[in-house]
Amino acid sequence: MTTPEDLRDLDAVASLADPVRRRAYEVVAAGAGPVGRDEVAQALGAGRTLAAFHLDKLVAAGLLEVSYARRSGRSGPGAGRPTKLYQVAAAEHAVSVPPRAYRAAAELLAEALEQAGAEQTLYEVARRHGSGGPACSDITEMLTAQGYAPEPDGAERIVLRNCPFHRLAEQFPPLICGMNLAVIDGLLTGSGLDGEWTARMDAAPGRCCVTLSKK
Amino acid sequence: MDAFHLAQINTARLRAPLTDPSMADFVEGLTRMNELADRSPGFVWRLEGDNGDGTIARPADPLRIYTLSVWETPEHLRAYAYQSEHLDYLRRRREWFHPNGSEAALVLWWVPAGTTPTLRQGISRLDRLRAGGPTPEGFTFRQMFPAPAVRRAPSPERLAREEGTAPEPSPL
Repeated sequence: MTTPEDLRDLDAVASLADPVRRRAYEVVAAGAGPVGRDEVAQALGAGRTLAAFHLDKLVAAGLLEVSYARRSGRSGPGAGRPTKLYQVAAAEHAVSVPPRAYRAAAELLAEALEQAGAEQTLYEVARRHGSGGPACSDITEMLTAQGYAPEPDGAERIVLRNCPFHRLAEQFPPLICGMNLAVIDGLLTGSGLDGEWTARMDAAPGRCCVTLSKK
Repeated sequence: MDAFHLAQINTARLRAPLTDPSMADFVEGLTRMNELADRSPGFVWRLEGDNGDGTIARPADPLRIYTLSVWETPEHLRAYAYQSEHLDYLRRRREWFHPNGSEAALVLWWVPAGTTPTLRQGISRLDRLRAGGPTPEGFTFRQMFPAPAVRRAPSPERLAREEGTAPEPSPL
């Protein structure tokens, strides 16, 4: 808890202690793309200045990133100034008291599993764990509860904007993405939604490698 | 145009010969994966081999296969390998390949743009990675090394300065 990096993580997480600021973060995180301060102000039921104050605090804490775009779709003279937009930063922050290093342990386990060629065992364990959840009839609710940030793509397909295993998946893509597919497969079975939806590996940049389609 | 491109070789030991029915999905996928690679952004070159399917078998051990390719950048190779349909193919690798154990199965290294590596060079990079861990001569996605710095011809002004025949630029 004493290295400069630890303290930055602590500051980042602590900045969410303010309920209004936390809500502002949630609004941005729930957006399918970068979100403007007007949208956040509206969701908070607060003024534009207050929304901007909290958003910029979140940027300073490293939780949000800023980009600029003209929202009118116009360009050139007369299009107006670009709007300041906010999105969730790629950096991850974790604080553990007392110090624990579960990610380091996960990396060692992943490497060992890969070397042993025990992928199939991992997938079976993942599917069984996934299927242990409660019944649920709402696919969006079920996936949201698991941290996947589901986003409908038409009525027949759902993409997942967040990968709960992101860092590990970047380091061991086939192993961890295969595990994730098995988890989601299990979740569908456990919730009773497997008659209606099917999960498949459908990798693309910038989102979870699994998508769901209507059966 | 980048001066260096990224070469990769990877290897696997097949559970059965490619003609075995248990390998049908793997063989069927090869054509699709090669076509996907060929049209992927940043793809430069791949060794097609005698079969034309991109798998090169070692004569002394036909179950040991290699693929060798060159990409403009690591990001291009990563996008093809892990952010495309290829990932699902990789996910099923244990159905077709023996585990690699502690032996590295993939090595990356930089080649001057416009040159293509040979299979022998690739296998030697793999051996070096296995023997001594990642170095600028052979590394992995988890431990990358940057491309060699490109030496540009210095400007006449800079040459003159370095030779002491020109005054230092004024701080103003």
